[in-house]
Amino acid sequence: MDNTEILKAEGLSKTFTLSRKQQKIERTDAKRKTAVDALSFSAYRGEIFGLLGPNGAGKTTTLRMLSTLIKPDSGDAWLDGCSVVSQPEEVRGKIGFLTSELKLEDFFTPNYLFDFFSRLHHVDETTCKERKQRMFARFGIDKFAEVKVANLSTGMKQKLSLVISLVHNPDIIIFDEPTNGLDVLTARTVTDYLQELRSEGKTIILSTHIFSLVERLCDRVGVIIDGRMTVCGTLQEVCGGISLEDRFFEIYKEQKGGEE
Amino acid sequence: MKSNVLTIIKKEFARFFGDRQLLFTTVIMPGLLIYIIYTVMGSGMEKMMTEGQDEVVTLRVEHLPESLTQTVLDLPGTIAVLQDVSQEEIDNLEDKDLNEVALRFPEDFDEMVATYSPQSGVAAPNVEIYYNSANNASSRVYGMLEAQLSAYEDQMSNRFDINRADTEEDRYDMASQDDVVGSILSKLIPMLILMLLFSGVMAIAPSSIAGEKERGTIATLLVTPMRRNELAIGKVVSLSGIALLSGISSFIGILLSLPKMIPADAAGVELGLNYTFTDYLVLLLIILATVLIMASAVSLLSAMAKDVKNAGTMVTPFMLVVMFCGLMPMFQSHVPEGIGAYLVPFYNSIQTMTAVFAHEMKWLPVAATLCSNVVYTGVAVWGLTRMFNSERVMFSR
Repeated sequence: MDNTEILKAEGLSKTFTLSRKQQKIERTDAKRKTAVDALSFSAYRGEIFGLLGPNGAGKTTTLRMLSTLIKPDSGDAWLDGCSVVSQPEEVRGKIGFLTSELKLEDFFTPNYLFDFFSRLHHVDETTCKERKQRMFARFGIDKFAEVKVANLSTGMKQKLSLVISLVHNPDIIIFDEPTNGLDVLTARTVTDYLQELRSEGKTIILSTHIFSLVERLCDRVGVIIDGRMTVCGTLQEVCGGISLEDRFFEIYKEQKGGEE
Repeated sequence: MKSNVLTIIKKEFARFFGDRQLLFTTVIMPGLLIYIIYTVMGSGMEKMMTEGQDEVVTLRVEHLPESLTQTVLDLPGTIAVLQDVSQEEIDNLEDKDLNEVALRFPEDFDEMVATYSPQSGVAAPNVEIYYNSANNASSRVYGMLEAQLSAYEDQMSNRFDINRADTEEDRYDMASQDDVVGSILSKLIPMLILMLLFSGVMAIAPSSIAGEKERGTIATLLVTPMRRNELAIGKVVSLSGIALLSGISSFIGILLSLPKMIPADAAGVELGLNYTFTDYLVLLLIILATVLIMASAVSLLSAMAKDVKNAGTMVTPFMLVVMFCGLMPMFQSHVPEGIGAYLVPFYNSIQTMTAVFAHEMKWLPVAATLCSNVVYTGVAVWGLTRMFNSERVMFSR
């Protein structure tokens, strides 16, 4: 990790209008819900930054704003100098974004999809071919390159999604719950690869609610509760000698006034 | 068991009545649409029946007998009766723009009818009514004359014939073959083309847009550097292309099967597709413009839908409106004159195609149709781009 600030989020806020159905689910009469509230943080080149928080804390919304899938109501974030508000296309060209919600067309083969997404990312043919060969071999997809996605195993589909999100070799990689729903083998492959990417100088922003994953992977962590960044720093700074899990519940109680 | 059945029934009702959209499309919309469609169809039919009543029809009569003078002179509508008919005037009836009918009685018709004996084996006196079926006013007056003379014939115990065809050359409908074929085709083909294009669009658009949303694959596209308008244009153009291929395939099928569908004997004429290269070119351009606007409109609705099933529900009312536009030529004798009609999407395509098939094509309506459809497609693509940009639309559940 070096000290080059590659991601800077300043006062990111997002409020959603709740439908009646959502009001029922959330058990509230309020018509609007603040998902992210003036969130600010930075990430540096070559680090893995973890956004830790319970379900509904605003982690996914934050990552969606960073990947320009949704627009912040206020605030902005700059990824490698490009604003998510005013330069969304440029931002998307610089990041790899992966979430379990992003799926690949069942009808196509890994080979076709890699070429297709490479074209959308303006990767030249030679680089695409070389990169495809390398990544398919790294994840064992090469044997299934001409098999339709529909016929791949769940683990293989997830590996392919990871590969496809990185066709353009981005410097910033944003993963929403990277090991969610993965079998243990695939989860291990993914976490190993994230470390490999960090060693190549890539910056990885991931969201999770799994403490062990943060402890094992992240250089720095930000704890989000109710859309607000409560603490942010290295694991040492945040935990101060106790386990991350214990520290998280301390923070949670402080924020929620004792309620669990 | 009874309580389980009731529980299931309650659950199904709760599911159905709890979904307002489903309730509207299943219960309210069919009745509403039938009411609207039948009302407009009724008004169209009324218009068709009364159309041309104010137009002056020239009725040329030869040897008008005394017994029928009052009947002919009392025919409703604005009819100018002129005595004596020449062969040249009968031949002129081929011009479908002339509101004319010719009525020829044998000389001494009354006397011939009075002395005629059906048992004699001799041909009965024949009354000839020449008209043009491609001219609405001419057809209307022919219908009235034929009805009045038939009533008189019944009264006289069938002592004369009307438009008896002794040989194949005896022809009373003076409409040209082109006009007859054009009239048949202009009522059938535009509607078929519209339906086929629509079914082509429906087969792919909901799956391509709402399906991608449902499967989560569109979000994967949205995180690439591609601009939203590029995605919208790419979708509309590719969907239009595929729908067009499907439409062309069906269209070729129609052209090949038409002579079998309308046998020459039944139509009374030999079917010859007497259209110029320009006609076909205009038709192709209209089809292209129509499929573009159709694909963009269905794409727009599909983008609003949560999934493919929902898209189908949303597109159904739109499909009925389009089909209804397709039926319009059946209730009209001429394409509209005013340019305003050619600015209404789908209706304009139908009217322009009808004009091509009826040999009534004019360049201004064609230009208005093409230009307006391209503009509407542009607006729809803009709307689709906005939808791809809208997080509420793209990520709603």
